[in-house]
Amino acid sequence: MQIIRNRLMVNQIPRFGFKYLNDSTFLNEDHLQIQKAALDFAKEKMQPYSAEWDKKHHFPKDVLRELAAMGFSTIYVKQESGGVGLDRLTASVIFEALSYGDVTTTAYLTIQNMCAYMVDQFGNEEQKQTWIPRFGTFDAFASYCLTEPNSGSDSKNMKTFAKKDGNDYVINGSKCFISGGSVSDVYLLMCKTSEKDVSCIIVEKGTPGLSFGKLEDKMGWNASPTAMVLFDNVRVPQSNLLGKEGYGFKMAMSALDGGRINIASCSLGGASYAFDLTKDYLHDRKQFGQPLAQFQGLQFKFADMATNLVTSRLIVRQAAQMIDNNHPDKTLYSAMAKRYATDSCFNVANEALQLHGGYGYLREYQIERIVRDLRVHQILEGTNEIMKVIISRNLLK
Amino acid sequence: MKVLVAVKRVVDSGIKVRVKPEGIDLQGVKMTINPFCEIAVEEAVRLKEKKLIAEIVAVTIGPKQGAESLRHALALGADKAIHVTTEARIDQAVQPLDVANILAKLVERDNYNLVLMGKQSIDDDFNQTGQMLAGLLDWPQATFASNIQISDGIAQVVREIDGGLQTVKFKLPGVITCDLRLNQPRFASVPNIMKAKSKPLETIPLEKLGKLHNSIQITKNEAPAIRKGGAIVENVDVLLQKLRNEAKLF
Repeated sequence: MQIIRNRLMVNQIPRFGFKYLNDSTFLNEDHLQIQKAALDFAKEKMQPYSAEWDKKHHFPKDVLRELAAMGFSTIYVKQESGGVGLDRLTASVIFEALSYGDVTTTAYLTIQNMCAYMVDQFGNEEQKQTWIPRFGTFDAFASYCLTEPNSGSDSKNMKTFAKKDGNDYVINGSKCFISGGSVSDVYLLMCKTSEKDVSCIIVEKGTPGLSFGKLEDKMGWNASPTAMVLFDNVRVPQSNLLGKEGYGFKMAMSALDGGRINIASCSLGGASYAFDLTKDYLHDRKQFGQPLAQFQGLQFKFADMATNLVTSRLIVRQAAQMIDNNHPDKTLYSAMAKRYATDSCFNVANEALQLHGGYGYLREYQIERIVRDLRVHQILEGTNEIMKVIISRNLLK
Repeated sequence: MKVLVAVKRVVDSGIKVRVKPEGIDLQGVKMTINPFCEIAVEEAVRLKEKKLIAEIVAVTIGPKQGAESLRHALALGADKAIHVTTEARIDQAVQPLDVANILAKLVERDNYNLVLMGKQSIDDDFNQTGQMLAGLLDWPQATFASNIQISDGIAQVVREIDGGLQTVKFKLPGVITCDLRLNQPRFASVPNIMKAKSKPLETIPLEKLGKLHNSIQITKNEAPAIRKGGAIVENVDVLLQKLRNEAKLF
């Protein structure tokens, strides 16, 4: 008996569904239950609208609020602070499942999680109580500001400066490529407070002097607004400092490993969806009297896609677990996971496009959107080239 | 007021199953809570939110993995769970009359005022258990519920029947089986999934409550015939001739 529950019926052949390729090696019962909740939500509330959000450049604040109600916006913030208090592995599983529905919104969700985490780790009581409940419901949208027009990979060379003036900081500078820019209520700004010290200061939207560039017109991630954030003598009380002066890099390092796992998990979800669509297509499409699934060349491509997907998943989950266990090699493995998974998953999506032939080039078939969305994962959260710098540095020291 | 909600773990409705002579191939197949059972749990939770009932107990019969459905029910809002354990195939050997007998024992043990269940499970589609349970307990029943109102110990249920909608009213305790349009179950949020872990889950071996008599024997399992192609006919006469002689419609 077929029950129609508004869910997209993708990949109906039993043995090799998402679950089978899911490989629950690292997952316990709780992870599986949470994964199911996330996947159900993604299939019902995100996947059907993903194309429209991309086309209309619509930032779905209402869906993000529903995601928050599910507990997905403060996943690894401590329970005592008002978060859900789960581990990085659970977060990875959640983001992967949600990305199956829509990569872009999930990627934004990871930023919210990261900002909430930073406030939880480094904020004082007042900051935690002010912001974490609001982040947890998406009553406040958060953005993280690190990159500048002249400092991307070379982030230490940032120029945005916060000068002490009485009880305030006066901030001047500009940040670019900020996800949530102009829409977010709160900006966690990484800036210099002295020639050497990088610090994190909370700046709220509406503060005089804070303005935004126009929304960037991007290749993908269209459901997420991206803009420059400009500081022209922006005055904030010194109590907006998160942690201590000079803590900036310590904070960034603490957040970065997790951020890398998050973005890699988003790649996994998107690639999984492209993979599942391809499997159906290979069975349905016939040429030369046979389904495409009969052609060895295509079978080999598909086999490689599956292998890439599964191995990416394994290293991402392992790295997540290492962060949870505070393993000494967690940074090394996080960098490897990010670099490997984002590259492999982009290739999986790209191959999926090729396997779809001409249809892969049509927006209607969704594959090209996943390719466009996943492309940027190889660049942000640290370019994959920087990942190689980190990996080799860790190995050769 | 205490409610017992019976849930079953079945093959996921989106899966295309593989039929083997001995039954459906369950190896590695995605299993999930029966959609109608999930609707029953959701209804119980809504009744509790309206303060019409005080406690929801979810029960399932099955092997170890059956507890997944119980955890899902707990995450949706049930207060306690009972796992009646058996290694028998729940899509074959666990049959309606035996289930009804076991549930009746639990009802007598714990004194529920209401039993909610799905109208049928999507694996065997029997649509018998709720009705049999009501018979065994000598309780009123309302099946195929698409609307349930409870006040002052009276249940008013709108039933979806072939002829349309029928409304019945009875004094509780009773059995109500739930149909598709009763509600749309909520998503289990992570905080609720975590809370569910500390809710009580009682395990009872099936033998303590009843027995599986296997009174219904499955003699054959086969997939439905593969759909044959149709044909385009030239005119109505040919159509009528085919309907009479080939399809043997009249």
